[in-house]
Amino acid sequence: MSEVITKPNIVSAPDGHQQPGFFATSLEKAVGLARKNSIWPLPFATSCCGIEFMALMASHYDLGRFGSERLSFSPRQADLLMVMGTIAKKMGPIVRQVYEQMAEPKWVLSMGACASSGGIFDTYSVLQGIDKIIPVDVYVPGCPPRPEQVIDGIMLIQDMVGKEHFRRRQSPEYKDLMTKYGMENQEK
Amino acid sequence: MKFEADQILKEAGKQFSTLNLGPTHPATHGIFQNVLKMDGEIIVDAEPTVGYIHRAFEKIAERRPFYQVTPLTDRLNYCSSPINNMGWHMTVEKLIKCEIPKRAQYLRVIIMELARITDHLVCNSVIGVDSGAMTGFLYVFQLREHVYEIYEEICGARLTTNIGRIGGMERDFNETAWKKLNLFVEELPKKLEEFEKLLVRNRIFMDRTIGVGKISAERALNYGFTGPNLRATGVDYDVRVMNPYSSYEDFKFIIPVGKSGDVYDRFMVRQQEMWESFSIIKQAIKNMPDGPFHAEVPEFYLPPKEEVYNNMEALIYHFKIVMGESEVPKGEVYHCVEGGNGELGFYLISDGGRCAYRLHFRRPCFIYYQAYPEIIKGAMLSDAILTLSAMNVIAGELDA
Amino acid sequence: MTENILLNTVDEKLKAKFGDAIISSEQSYDFPVFVIKREKIFDVVKFLKEDSELAFEFLTTLCGLHYPDNKGQELGVMYQLHNLPKNWRIRLKIFFPINDPEVPTLTSLFSSANWQERQEYDFYGIIFKGHPDLKRILNMDEMNYHPMRKEYALEDGTRTDKDDSMFGR
Repeated sequence: MSEVITKPNIVSAPDGHQQPGFFATSLEKAVGLARKNSIWPLPFATSCCGIEFMALMASHYDLGRFGSERLSFSPRQADLLMVMGTIAKKMGPIVRQVYEQMAEPKWVLSMGACASSGGIFDTYSVLQGIDKIIPVDVYVPGCPPRPEQVIDGIMLIQDMVGKEHFRRRQSPEYKDLMTKYGMENQEK
Repeated sequence: MKFEADQILKEAGKQFSTLNLGPTHPATHGIFQNVLKMDGEIIVDAEPTVGYIHRAFEKIAERRPFYQVTPLTDRLNYCSSPINNMGWHMTVEKLIKCEIPKRAQYLRVIIMELARITDHLVCNSVIGVDSGAMTGFLYVFQLREHVYEIYEEICGARLTTNIGRIGGMERDFNETAWKKLNLFVEELPKKLEEFEKLLVRNRIFMDRTIGVGKISAERALNYGFTGPNLRATGVDYDVRVMNPYSSYEDFKFIIPVGKSGDVYDRFMVRQQEMWESFSIIKQAIKNMPDGPFHAEVPEFYLPPKEEVYNNMEALIYHFKIVMGESEVPKGEVYHCVEGGNGELGFYLISDGGRCAYRLHFRRPCFIYYQAYPEIIKGAMLSDAILTLSAMNVIAGELDA
Repeated sequence: MTENILLNTVDEKLKAKFGDAIISSEQSYDFPVFVIKREKIFDVVKFLKEDSELAFEFLTTLCGLHYPDNKGQELGVMYQLHNLPKNWRIRLKIFFPINDPEVPTLTSLFSSANWQERQEYDFYGIIFKGHPDLKRILNMDEMNYHPMRKEYALEDGTRTDKDDSMFGR
């Protein structure tokens, strides 16, 4: 490497009005900026995609530089549920329970073909996609997806998180979505 | 299952607490559940539940032609999928009585030993992580990335490789693959020694792992243990030596064995096996014979595309293979390979049709995981976690 | 050939002890295969394990079989035993009717048979008499059929989102 990187690539500030001593922007943008660069994922790794996730967390691809350094295995403290790997019908209730235990705001990334749609396992025992039981925000296809693809998915999530409207979780469309999955009585 | 603990409970007037370990737990690498009855920190009894990732491989295999079963075998022990692929190819080659040329066998050996190194790297670094040493994991996964690059040159995929074909390899190693392999061979000793320095004589690691999770050789054999877990108890059973396949008899390597079957022994056995695999790879590269990289089995080996477009025979064979008109002999065959966890066996019954009539996988993880409750009885919870990671239970192989 | 020597050795010893409980014996690729009568399987395996010359002390694997066309002998179990010091491997098979799927368990001889027999119960409905804990292991407990039997389909029949008319099924 002949060039030396002197200035690290940091996140740019949102649009706003800046004068000496203050910076004015909308609260949504500021909160979105903070949230999207500090997503704490819950790695729900079941099979082969879990190993690719381990490669993602390792130093070569390093998910930590996106703010996800701290993996949270406790649903209460996590923002992003990353479902990685095949979900069998036996495991379905557990995924749902973990999703319901997460506190709002929460997002779901389904990594791999098996979590998105059942993958190559069109059998009696495999749930054909986790969107049958929980709402999913981003699907990352692949078997297993390369770490770069997963990073792309996470950047899409970051985009969604940064632009999320404050009142989205109280809006009627969101409530309809929750009712569709049978989760209307969620006390948040 | 009736807990024996309930009996003790009545007699001692004690109350035991129930702890549910899993299915989603950061330290169980894979999803399996253990309901533990605890007396404070000591485990009195355990009841495991598996099947949370049951994907019905054996049933799927009855609906897929032989070459389509290879991606399924990938997903058995996904940390070392090339070994599973090769095992399956060798099973079918045994059925159709096909002789593989030497060069293809040596190429297969290189790939299988690379896979074994990666599997043991994951297991050992994860033992480190579970005892608190995260650094080893980061160092070791960099090595895994280099092996992934070698796989990519050969077959295009990183993890679930679908490498090789029935009859040999799909392509020879190209220039880049040899270059990357030689680079890997140069850097592995330094990186592996660095990893060893972190853990092998580390006071804390030794205190946490010596004497933990012991099993005696008799109980291990009764439970059907194979692989590094059995070798850690002192029995030197290695399928590569006992039933050599794919020219393993040409290579000189030792089988490391442990003494007491505890976590430290398993760690050291795997560590030493990595050095042995490394030496096998070096021998294979040095003695690589020339020749074809696949056997002449046009009924099973897809011809290269250039020939399919230019040559009438190749076109016909291509059609026959894809449509399933190849003649498959009837019969039943069992072939086993030394997987990362032990004897991975494939029992294939063929009825002459394009799909297997019955395919049964002898999965080492499934068989030795049964011993887990017996091993952890009387141990502390943190020891149970470490025992689980040292046993290298891969959920894909457990449930299949 | 070493394989035929093994076949003959084991065959002689078994026929001497069990007579007509051994229905057939043949060599299949590199394994001697013996078909035994279902009731005698425990005694045969015990004899094979405890005999000082044969000493098949390792149960490699066991799996269920289903041949719906063999009326009266539809279900079967295959056992593979291994003598580690001498590297001898043999295969035993038993067959029994589908409406009487009871087989003696081998758990008292080999602890590794425990979960493997549960797996075959789960897949084929073979009932192992004397098993300490015979319940489903891989499939869900609520499942009310035995999926590996040939009459059941691979795919889940209750799916509504798949359009099979497009795939010629």
